[in-house]
Amino acid sequence: MKKIINQPSQVVDEMLKGFVYANDERVERVPETSVIVRKDKKKGEVALVSGGGSGHEPAHAGFVGDGMLTAAVSGEVFTSPSPDQVLEGIKAADQGAGVLLIIKNYTGDVMNFEMAKELAEAEGIEVEQLVVDDDIAVEDSTHTAGRRGVAGTVIVHKMLGAAAKRGLSLKEVKELGDKLVPNIKSIGVAMTAATVPEVGKPGFTLEENEMEYGVGIHSEPGYHRTSIKSSSEIATELVGKLKDAFEFGDNEHYGLLVNGLGATPLMEQYIFAHDVEKQLEHEPIKIEFKKVGNLMTSLDMNGVSLTLVKLQDDWADLWYDPVHVTDW
Amino acid sequence: MLTVENTKAWLLRFAEKVEANKAHLSDLDSVIGDGDHGNNMARGIKAMQEALESKEASDPADVLKNASMALLSKIGGASGPLYGSAFLDMSKQAKEDASDVSAIFRAGLSGIQKRGKAEPGEKTMVDVWHPVIKALESGELTTDTITDAVEATKPLKATKGRASYLGERSIGELDPGAVSSSYLFEAWLEGED
Repeated sequence: MKKIINQPSQVVDEMLKGFVYANDERVERVPETSVIVRKDKKKGEVALVSGGGSGHEPAHAGFVGDGMLTAAVSGEVFTSPSPDQVLEGIKAADQGAGVLLIIKNYTGDVMNFEMAKELAEAEGIEVEQLVVDDDIAVEDSTHTAGRRGVAGTVIVHKMLGAAAKRGLSLKEVKELGDKLVPNIKSIGVAMTAATVPEVGKPGFTLEENEMEYGVGIHSEPGYHRTSIKSSSEIATELVGKLKDAFEFGDNEHYGLLVNGLGATPLMEQYIFAHDVEKQLEHEPIKIEFKKVGNLMTSLDMNGVSLTLVKLQDDWADLWYDPVHVTDW
Repeated sequence: MLTVENTKAWLLRFAEKVEANKAHLSDLDSVIGDGDHGNNMARGIKAMQEALESKEASDPADVLKNASMALLSKIGGASGPLYGSAFLDMSKQAKEDASDVSAIFRAGLSGIQKRGKAEPGEKTMVDVWHPVIKALESGELTTDTITDAVEATKPLKATKGRASYLGERSIGELDPGAVSSSYLFEAWLEGED
């Protein structure tokens, strides 16, 4: 394992210290917690709180600021934060208009955030929750814990952050989220697995000439392991999966996210984005907005994910509303 | 009948068992989960031991509540809220009536199910809690009941939690949460001798 760290057990705390040092004009850390909160809180605005295990930077603390999240709560690497930490996040974020929790769909995250919601409600804070489950690599059925939450969560942060800034009520922001989430779908591919510092070796092994479609952001197994393909072939596979999931129709409008998983250079992400563009040229849909970059990573995983969001109403406007956060 | 003393002694025996089997729990979890159950449980019970030793408790409900808060904040993952909820609801029941131990365990099970939404047969800790409480209620709880309940999770297919993504591949493995739960009940039985 080659990493620029000190003690593996201290990585989250030291990362948060560095994050605040670099961005202290915008954010601060709630003392004795793993909560990052924006400094310029807006009284009367609905607050958005997200978080989860660490290792997905810039998610979620990099999206704290005007127009996106009010606070982010970081757990240990790939481990949900505990309810008391999330409760601190809710209390720090509340601006008097209630708090919406944005949770990625993992059993641990959902339980810890739900308990925090109950604790906060007992303290008189109005809290709603929204669970994001955009990863179509996993079958959504009553026989599993359901689809996982991955890069599409960032779209939820952006759209709902804009809605909250426009002055929508907690109920309205939550309703918008309930409409938005089923319209977001993602699918990824990995060339290598992530190495958790405290474990010291990759979560699984892919040979030099292998890659795997559908791997999760904590190295959960995917749906197909194969020999290395070209960017163009990968785009064909991933766009094909999304096309089947959405059943593209005439004149539908979409937004698009190409997300680097941590160790894939931007050069390769742009090459892949161009191949996605070529694939989509044959489709009847219109792409309203695109974004390429590392948004929801998996430590040092080499790979990319592709996310599409099927747009309705004024969602594209929400996307283009200005934001002032560290990593947009 | 729970007392401050026997509740503390029970939970400390539970802590010893978890600590002694930390690697075993993580190994089981590596097969069908994400491999951190032993380390997470060990971190939680260490915090629980500290809380039991340092915090004042005027009744067994207090002991259980102190344990709950420590487990909740230190285990992490899904096991934190599950054990935390179990102990919190056991504490509430013990506040009502500390004499009926099976009712206290039953409240713990209901806390787990409220949080995790699992029913018996889904290859989770519920598959140990449920038969153990039934046996306790009919006065037939032995170490064999507990061992049998743990072993019975092997042929089950997981439909809750991270193991559910493995589907058929989860069959033939023990559920790590069922195993850690068995230590809690074994520790209880040892105090009854």
